[in-house]
Amino acid sequence: MRTRTIEISVGFFMMLGVLALVFLAFKVSGLTNLVGNHVYYVTADFNNIGGLKVRAPVRMAGVRIGQVTQIDLDHKTYQAKVTMAINNADSNIPDDSSASILTEGILGANYVGVAPGYADKFLHNGSKIDNTHPALVLENLIGQLLFSVNKGSEKKS
Amino acid sequence: MDNSHDHLVKIRNVHFKRGERQIFSGIDMTIPKGKVVAIMGPSGCGKTTMLRLIGAKLKPSQGSIEVDGQNIHRLSRKQLYTARRKIGLLFQSGALFTGMSVFENVAFPLREHTNLSELLIRDLVLMKLQAVGLRGAAGLMPSELSGGMARRVALARAIALDPQLIMYDEPFTGLDPIAMGVIVNLIRRLNDALGLTSIVVSHDVSEVMGIADYIYVLADGKVIGEGTPESIKHTQSPRLEQFIQGLPDGVVPFHYPAKDYAEELLA
Amino acid sequence: MIARMQALGEQGLNFCGTFGRAGLFLLATLLRRPRLIRTFPLLVNELYSVGVLSLIIIIVSGLFIGMVLGLQGYNILVDFAASEKLGTLVALSIVRELGPVVAALLFAGRAGSALTAEIGLMKATEQLDSMEMIGVDPLWRIISPRLWAGFIALPLLTLIFSAVAILGGYLVGVQWLGIDGGSFWSNMQATVHFREDVVNGIIKSLVFGFVVVWIAVFQGFDAVPTSAGISRATTKTVVYSSLAILGLDFVLTAMMMGGW
Repeated sequence: MRTRTIEISVGFFMMLGVLALVFLAFKVSGLTNLVGNHVYYVTADFNNIGGLKVRAPVRMAGVRIGQVTQIDLDHKTYQAKVTMAINNADSNIPDDSSASILTEGILGANYVGVAPGYADKFLHNGSKIDNTHPALVLENLIGQLLFSVNKGSEKKS
Repeated sequence: MDNSHDHLVKIRNVHFKRGERQIFSGIDMTIPKGKVVAIMGPSGCGKTTMLRLIGAKLKPSQGSIEVDGQNIHRLSRKQLYTARRKIGLLFQSGALFTGMSVFENVAFPLREHTNLSELLIRDLVLMKLQAVGLRGAAGLMPSELSGGMARRVALARAIALDPQLIMYDEPFTGLDPIAMGVIVNLIRRLNDALGLTSIVVSHDVSEVMGIADYIYVLADGKVIGEGTPESIKHTQSPRLEQFIQGLPDGVVPFHYPAKDYAEELLA
Repeated sequence: MIARMQALGEQGLNFCGTFGRAGLFLLATLLRRPRLIRTFPLLVNELYSVGVLSLIIIIVSGLFIGMVLGLQGYNILVDFAASEKLGTLVALSIVRELGPVVAALLFAGRAGSALTAEIGLMKATEQLDSMEMIGVDPLWRIISPRLWAGFIALPLLTLIFSAVAILGGYLVGVQWLGIDGGSFWSNMQATVHFREDVVNGIIKSLVFGFVVVWIAVFQGFDAVPTSAGISRATTKTVVYSSLAILGLDFVLTAMMMGGW
């Protein structure tokens, strides 16, 4: 009888462990693609990606549709080549959509925002998004602002 | 005692050192089959060490020990574990497995070494427990047993595999007279009934004299006397006499070696 | 001065000797051919005493650590108006560091010391010797199942600890302090990665489990067979395991971050 209780409790323990693993995998780390073939890859060249990092989310209308998988520098054009994995579920993204580097809030992390275009053809594995908007770098913005303010005050005086 | 294949254990010129201390320097013993042989000697003379040498827990630095015709120290690990099934060793404390009941303790060697059915194991265990008079205690845990009972359970466990040789390490120490009588009786009875060979290590002169067929007395790493209880009793050697009769002072001095008494007090 | 250096040298040699003995002991145990049908029930028994009996302390500690993290994290994050990032903070610190390390420390205190004491006591009461005399190899019968049970149990305990701790953070953050539950989970999911965070945590706990059980079992087996010897061995198990866990955690983290 004692061995029976031991066996049952050990089984319970093992199941609890597996359950915890499942919880950590799906609820905590948001793992949705175990095998990894439920995505297709799209690239886009940006003049400036700001603080974008690998694994940053890709969003369309604020909804997460994929993530950044790779960032390289193109040695000919000196642009940043960003590779993104888009979920197969979102396969009907128009060919002429535009991608921009956006920021979550003022101090948040960068992500790639995709705005839909109007073409009938859709993006597929290996396509490239031509229409891109670089990240807004805060320092540059402030610099421009100061510059225009200065100009304005010069005119007045 | 010269018919050589009637001897279960043959110890030839065994030397043993523990660290720097020489424990044995040239021991020769023969244990004949079917007899109860006692190894006696004052505390610390290496009686228990001798049992460990025979059980191959320790290795002699020189000399050989043969058990049932095999040099026990030349066996591979696997062969040694097989050979040990022929040897039962009863530890002073009993050394029962504290996590198991009395029944499981006795069943342990059977479960580990045989593929007997549960029913057969149960019968065998109850038989062994009956032999030591503790069939009724099968369900108890070792912590619920008295010292004497624990030793009897350990005895039942030691005979579970029907060994040829059984060694008792100080079986009489720390027992009340009744339990002592029970153990003395059991050693003799089991030896004769099961055709065992027994080696009893002890310093309890009177009990040993009562049951042993042959006695070896060890001291200072040597055999200082051997013979039947009768001949040992009437020996003339002063060392042996002191040990057998329990005289406080003699060849073995009462005082541990020290500086002169008067000198140390006045210093 | 020379005497001190001599003592130091001797300690160094002693340490090397102990380490060597521990290594040989581990090798000898792992080389014991496991006989599956016979070993399995033993393993289940040991999993019970090593794993199931540690479950309560792991769950309770996990819950409280998660709750404290939630409370502390909230108070800091709320100043930056980033309290919805609490999920990220709790999950990352638990999954990457606190889960494996704290679970291993608790495991060393609960299961490791018990293993050392149990084996040391078996040695002191001659149970190991008598088992050997019965013809059963104690390395196979006693040590090996305990070693494997420990290897298996700690990663499972760590997973449970992490899961419970994150739930504790959720309780405090969402149920008590009123953060939005959806953003709590979605922020967490956006930043915690299975391969980099969860799997690395499991790898850590595998290493910790191995080291803790090795130390515990060896200290028990190597203990001086007296009551003083056993209590010293138990203390040593807890001290050495804790040091090993914290030291190895640094090494492993550095390796994982360095992208080895």
